Amino acid sequence: MLLEVAGLDVRYGRTRAVRGMDLTLDSGEIVTVLGANGAGKTSLLKALQGIVRLAAGRIRFDGADVTGWSAPRRVRGGLTLVPEGRQIFVSLTVHENLQMGAYSRSDPVDAEIEEIYDRFPNLAARRDMSASVLSGGEQQMLAISRALLSKPKLLMLDEPSLGLSPLLVIELFDLIKALNRDGLSILLVEQNTHMALQAAHRGYVLELGAAVISGTPEDLVNEEQKLEAAYLGGG
Amino acid sequence: MSGELEGLLVILCLNTIYAYGVFLPAASGQLNLGAAGFITLGAYCSAFVNSELDGLGVSAWMSIPIAVLFTAAVSFLIAFPILRTRGVYMVLATFAFAEVVAGLIINLEFLGAAQGMPVDAHMPFYGLAIVTLLVALFCHYLMATRCGLAMRAIHDDESVATLFGANVRMIRVWAFATGGALMGLGGALYGHHFNYVEAQNFNILLSIYILLYVLLGGTQTAWGPVVGALFFTFVPELFRYLGRETGEKWLEDGRFVAFGLIIVIMMVIRPEGVVTRTLLERITGGRRRQPASPAAAE
Repeated sequence: MLLEVAGLDVRYGRTRAVRGMDLTLDSGEIVTVLGANGAGKTSLLKALQGIVRLAAGRIRFDGADVTGWSAPRRVRGGLTLVPEGRQIFVSLTVHENLQMGAYSRSDPVDAEIEEIYDRFPNLAARRDMSASVLSGGEQQMLAISRALLSKPKLLMLDEPSLGLSPLLVIELFDLIKALNRDGLSILLVEQNTHMALQAAHRGYVLELGAAVISGTPEDLVNEEQKLEAAYLGGG
Repeated sequence: MSGELEGLLVILCLNTIYAYGVFLPAASGQLNLGAAGFITLGAYCSAFVNSELDGLGVSAWMSIPIAVLFTAAVSFLIAFPILRTRGVYMVLATFAFAEVVAGLIINLEFLGAAQGMPVDAHMPFYGLAIVTLLVALFCHYLMATRCGLAMRAIHDDESVATLFGANVRMIRVWAFATGGALMGLGGALYGHHFNYVEAQNFNILLSIYILLYVLLGGTQTAWGPVVGALFFTFVPELFRYLGRETGEKWLEDGRFVAFGLIIVIMMVIRPEGVVTRTLLERITGGRRRQPASPAAAE
């Protein structure tokens, strides 16, 4: 088991954003977390990365209890989040954004950066330009590439398809599947249920901070009524 | 070189060093309006260590480094409480620090209280120029390192910088303390050049000007502080000179009005500062890009 989450609670003041969440992820899996706005998906990812504090629960990652680890230490341990809305560094160049991705590493990364340029010629063409000139799709590619340079064992993606055109969404999911084929484990939070279930091996549906359904994509689709309820915020 | 020009260049050197002291934290997104406080600390520390009559009588070779270390230590310690504040509150906190320093000095008899303190050893202009050059080179080098990259990333978005393993707090404390040390150095040099320090000379107006040099010069590259200091040091003088030469007295008298107008205009047309990365790229871009990637040449 690469990631094992037990009884995770996240609170903001008196609001419980995540309540008693259990989640597991095997090495080599794509696991998707679905749910409506405010269901606690982003809070879950932030808690896993260590940017918000846990009110309760344990997180085991790659054989170690990382519950008390700081975010930088978790990055060094192989846990990397691509935040919602891409969040590239706009006053840095494309190349510097990539270098920042490798910030936690001390080994040489130039060869890996060149590989990324081979994979995304659009980024290569703009390597010395401010990252703010990139289009939305290019920014998402940069955000994912930057995260890859931290050499993650588990890549967490928070709504990567947000604001992308349908064509780019297909391209993005092709990339996610390709990365997974190369051995990367992925935890994917998505609004685009259809695409996420197509790519994922397993999924969880969150409602009001707790998992209401979990299982294979087929299981989730079969429980479509529950899925719809979760999205509409009913119950 | 005429005495007047040399005097102006001395001010330029000091302003540039001060500006780098405010630039380092600004490059990682922190506004320091307490420059006067750090300069006062450096100036008085060096004066006390160097002065034969009122202080320890140690040579300037020692007094300046001691002043730098002292200011660095104080900056490091106050960095922790100050960096808990954000934005405008940090501006106020640093301003308050400078006021506390000024208040302390004015009440300390052994530092000459309100009368100030003489400094024995003299630092000539060329010495100042060399140190200024070294400070500028140091900051340029720093911005080109991993640490400089992390500082700029934090300036953009600190939570995302954390995501990639940057220890935001440590880098900010480091930038703040190093900046403080540079301002302490500037203050020590001021004392050794003019051979007298007086707390009232390092007032809020100085802090405001230094912050303006940095913000108008631009915080994205290490060229910003030089350009800002150059601009602010020479433009008022230029007005004075023009006023005197042409006999148009309003140019001389109204130079700060015109100056204020220029500041407002610059803030409107170049909010990122005069020197931005895009500007530098336009100047040097063709040279830099080609060896890096032949594929990028389109």
